[in-house]
Amino acid sequence: MANKVLAVLEQREGIIKRSSFEAASTAVKLAKDLNTSAKAVVVGDAISNLNEVAKYGIQKVIHLKNSELLNYSSSGYTEAVTNLAVEGNFDILILSNTALGKDLAPRLSVKLDAACVVDCVKLNLSGNDIILTRPAYAGKALIDVKLLSNKKVITIRPNVFKALIAENSTPAEILVKELSSVNLKSKVTSFRKSEGKLDVAEADIIVSGGRGMKGPENFHLIEELAEALGAAVGASRAVVDAGWRTHNEQVGQTGKTVSPTLYVACGISGAIQHLAGMSSSKYIVAVNKDKDAPIFNVADYGITGDLFEIIPALTKEIKKVKQS
Amino acid sequence: MKIVVCVSHVPDTATRIKVGSDGKTIDSAGVTYIINPYDEYAVEEALKTKERLGSGEVVVVTLGSENSKETLRKALAMGADSGVLIRDDNQRDSLGIAKALAEEIKASGSQLVFMGKQSVDYDNSIVGQLTAELLDYNCVTVCVKLDINGDKIIAEREIEGGREIVETSLPAVITCQKGLNEPRYASLKGIMAAKKKTIEEKSAAVYTPKTEVVGMHLPAGKQPGRIVGSDVSAVPELVRLLKEEAKVI
Repeated sequence: MANKVLAVLEQREGIIKRSSFEAASTAVKLAKDLNTSAKAVVVGDAISNLNEVAKYGIQKVIHLKNSELLNYSSSGYTEAVTNLAVEGNFDILILSNTALGKDLAPRLSVKLDAACVVDCVKLNLSGNDIILTRPAYAGKALIDVKLLSNKKVITIRPNVFKALIAENSTPAEILVKELSSVNLKSKVTSFRKSEGKLDVAEADIIVSGGRGMKGPENFHLIEELAEALGAAVGASRAVVDAGWRTHNEQVGQTGKTVSPTLYVACGISGAIQHLAGMSSSKYIVAVNKDKDAPIFNVADYGITGDLFEIIPALTKEIKKVKQS
Repeated sequence: MKIVVCVSHVPDTATRIKVGSDGKTIDSAGVTYIINPYDEYAVEEALKTKERLGSGEVVVVTLGSENSKETLRKALAMGADSGVLIRDDNQRDSLGIAKALAEEIKASGSQLVFMGKQSVDYDNSIVGQLTAELLDYNCVTVCVKLDINGDKIIAEREIEGGREIVETSLPAVITCQKGLNEPRYASLKGIMAAKKKTIEEKSAAVYTPKTEVVGMHLPAGKQPGRIVGSDVSAVPELVRLLKEEAKVI
């Protein structure tokens, strides 16, 4: 059977990530459209939720197991997944465009002599050709890319493709393959969690502050609103460059491109680089003194006024509504 | 030690993108090109490494047309020793770029390569990994902290929610993220000196692409929404809209 599809899943601390189910579901749909089958592979040590993959229509999950691969190893993962893809004659590999997926996908493509396209937001079939749409210029443009190679490695942007529960799913066959040796030329030895509670790249709601906050000492207002909403704290480039906030919070071109359900921009005027990184958010709220600020051109709801009065009131009101 | 830094010549991040007449690339009329912002961290890290070692050479490499020399000059003005322009007037896909770079790195014998974690034009963030695999080098991506001791590398890379500590060794490709260092400004002396530094022109082997851009379009613009009010009295209405209309809280 040609065009066999393989979803390459990602586990952290032995749990398959939610974004990987999107990759699994996308692989199942693509396989169906190509009239072929999809399987999934996951690399790691013990994994607790292997069975969950079946919900998305995957019938066979291959677990490449070795205690040395509890953490990510670019060399170890590349070797293990390449060997499996070659042995199983997989032509199309699908990963989620996470830090791991982005790191691993191009490596696999070289080993498999495949075309590699990352960060796709749309996947279309035109005959047997796959056309992928992906953002470029930080989302200021979208490009359609045709894959000219039979072998393909694709990553899909998290939170864009749906993880669809398959009808009549049956329990997946789980094949555990113990790896006798692993290539540990590069190896993650530990993970250091960042201080912020939530990462903007993964958050469903983001509250961001810009230069209108007037100083780092006022960001507790942003933090309090974020806490009330269960949101991550973001920042504009101006405040990161000024040293008020750390770079891992920066939203926009040269920071993170985000598309949460709700984005609250406080004291952010909306430079083109910032808008590029957040305007695909589902709902945008802007609080800014300047009624002509470009952020209002993309905001669904805006309040023009003094954020030092509005933000605390908003925090209070949200707490009240959430409690009722 | 010879350190190679790969740079790219990209539209300024403030550019308003318009689709060109071919419907596949941007209209470059009036666009200002700059050194890819992430490549500045790569140049800085290479210079710092050379300074720490007390000897060595920093060679900055790009793939492109005559105009790309501006970006090479920028890196030379920061302190790189010499430049290589791999001449190719056609747009290549990431693998095509990586193949040309790998060819040049191999010829140079360099064991340590820096580049930005991604170019801000196509935002692929894969050229580093592709280049490393083609050379069979190790590769740390999205690097925010780097320690090289002899052949041993301990690096930190940014991932969702924190940092991974990675252990690996030379030869290696490191892709650089904001936060790794504070890139130096080119001094007037540096800018003058850069004019005298050599830029060697080379050509790359013919490449058959594996991907093709067949179209470019602009995302559907978001329509401006409504201004709920101009002071604190608008807050309850805003929260009501978020709850009842948007249903996000």
